[in-house]
Amino acid sequence: MLKILKYSFYDLMRSRWSYVYFAFYLLLGVVLLFLNNDLSKAVITLMNVIIVLVPLIGTIFGVMYYYNSKEFTELLLAQPLKRSSIFLGQYLGVAISLSMSLILGLGIPFIFYGLFKSTAIWDFSLLLITGTFLTFIFTALAFNIALSNENKIKGFGYAILLWLFLAIIYDGIFLMSLIMFEDYPLDKLSLIGTMLNPIDLSRTLILLKLDISALLGYTGAIFKQFFGTNFGLIVSICMLTVWVVLPVFRIIFKAKKKDF
Amino acid sequence: MVSIQDLHKKFSKNQVLSGLNLEIGEGGIFAVLGPNGSGKTTLIKCLLGMVIPNKGQISVLGRNVKNSSAYRHKIDYLPQIANFPSNLKVKELIRMIKDLRGNTTLDQGLIDLFKLKPFLDKKLGNLSGGTKQKVNLVLTFMFDSPLIILDEPTTGLDPISLIRLKDLIQKEKAKGKTILITSHIMSFVEEVSDEIVFLLEGKIYFKGSITELKSKTNQPDFEHAIASILTENHA
Repeated sequence: MLKILKYSFYDLMRSRWSYVYFAFYLLLGVVLLFLNNDLSKAVITLMNVIIVLVPLIGTIFGVMYYYNSKEFTELLLAQPLKRSSIFLGQYLGVAISLSMSLILGLGIPFIFYGLFKSTAIWDFSLLLITGTFLTFIFTALAFNIALSNENKIKGFGYAILLWLFLAIIYDGIFLMSLIMFEDYPLDKLSLIGTMLNPIDLSRTLILLKLDISALLGYTGAIFKQFFGTNFGLIVSICMLTVWVVLPVFRIIFKAKKKDF
Repeated sequence: MVSIQDLHKKFSKNQVLSGLNLEIGEGGIFAVLGPNGSGKTTLIKCLLGMVIPNKGQISVLGRNVKNSSAYRHKIDYLPQIANFPSNLKVKELIRMIKDLRGNTTLDQGLIDLFKLKPFLDKKLGNLSGGTKQKVNLVLTFMFDSPLIILDEPTTGLDPISLIRLKDLIQKEKAKGKTILITSHIMSFVEEVSDEIVFLLEGKIYFKGSITELKSKTNQPDFEHAIASILTENHA
């Protein structure tokens, strides 16, 4: 698996898109710091960008990489390699190189700004950890979609739809249901609702850490009330891990049964 | 060498292989023939574990292929259409496959044989179809495995390379290897193969030597013998 990971990783490191992605975060980090002049405010702005953008890039990149490396995959399948190691290697290659672009792109300007002397270092690290989680989750989901769809256009369509649903539509439906059922006790429902969407979960996680009650919203407040800040952090990180593990298992399962 | 029992494969509604049984002994060149869509490539991909059969047993060198990957160390496979990652250089691809499968020194001889030296630093996406096929051949023959599977090996090759390929195949056969070939070029099959396996509608229609086929169909030459099977069954 490590060999496949190595080749996928090098392949991506040589592609232009990794650099574009890296440069984008670098620019974002620099601009935010110069405009804001305040680390913790920059972290909040960054959160809003990361939570929407990272899933989008993860899904698109994942689907694109899978379809583009189809030939390479077929070449590998005829070699004495396990299917699970071929696909896991490719998945990790994509997820790790995307996470690296994110961490380096944002990390470098913040380090130069004096992150290590600031108190915001933990908030910032948590932001990067969440970003990495989201990259791993959405790349895995993208691989799932691509493995299940031979047709490229369909695969891309579903991937975009998935992102749109989890990033925007889900919140809308969630909010509507909260309004419609406001006469009933909703804390359990909203807790589960948050857990079922990795984007909402990440947002709650970061806001819990930042401890800005005004931004927490209804679900965040319930989360805090239910679990407390520290336990809430642990629960949400565990849930994010589950969100990575389940799609990865499905990748292995699907890859074993697929015909090439 | 290879033993297949009651192999079934269905792609959604399309039944490709239906109860195929095949025994291939050790040593010699076997040609797998059949009309388009008769399941030749599917059969080969089942052997390689790239296509998962719905039913049936396949064993290669006495080992069941199901859920195993190590047996592929004993197989050299030439895919039908050489689809390589286009941003890799020829040199890098060869190095990569060596890294994945284990080292070998046979590649140098093969590169010289097919005159690939000037292309080593070129990207695979910029090569012509024939040159890609030569690279494909190098990748296949550079590991000294006892079973060689060639899916349409002649595609795109110029006459001189074709002669070299035929020599190469004979040399490998002389080492006692088993070689499985699919091809639509009947003259090529007639020249190289010892035995033919004819697939029709997902089953083995005929297995034996070319002379046997000729006498069975009452035809004077191989090409007409094949044609007569096809017209009898599709008329």
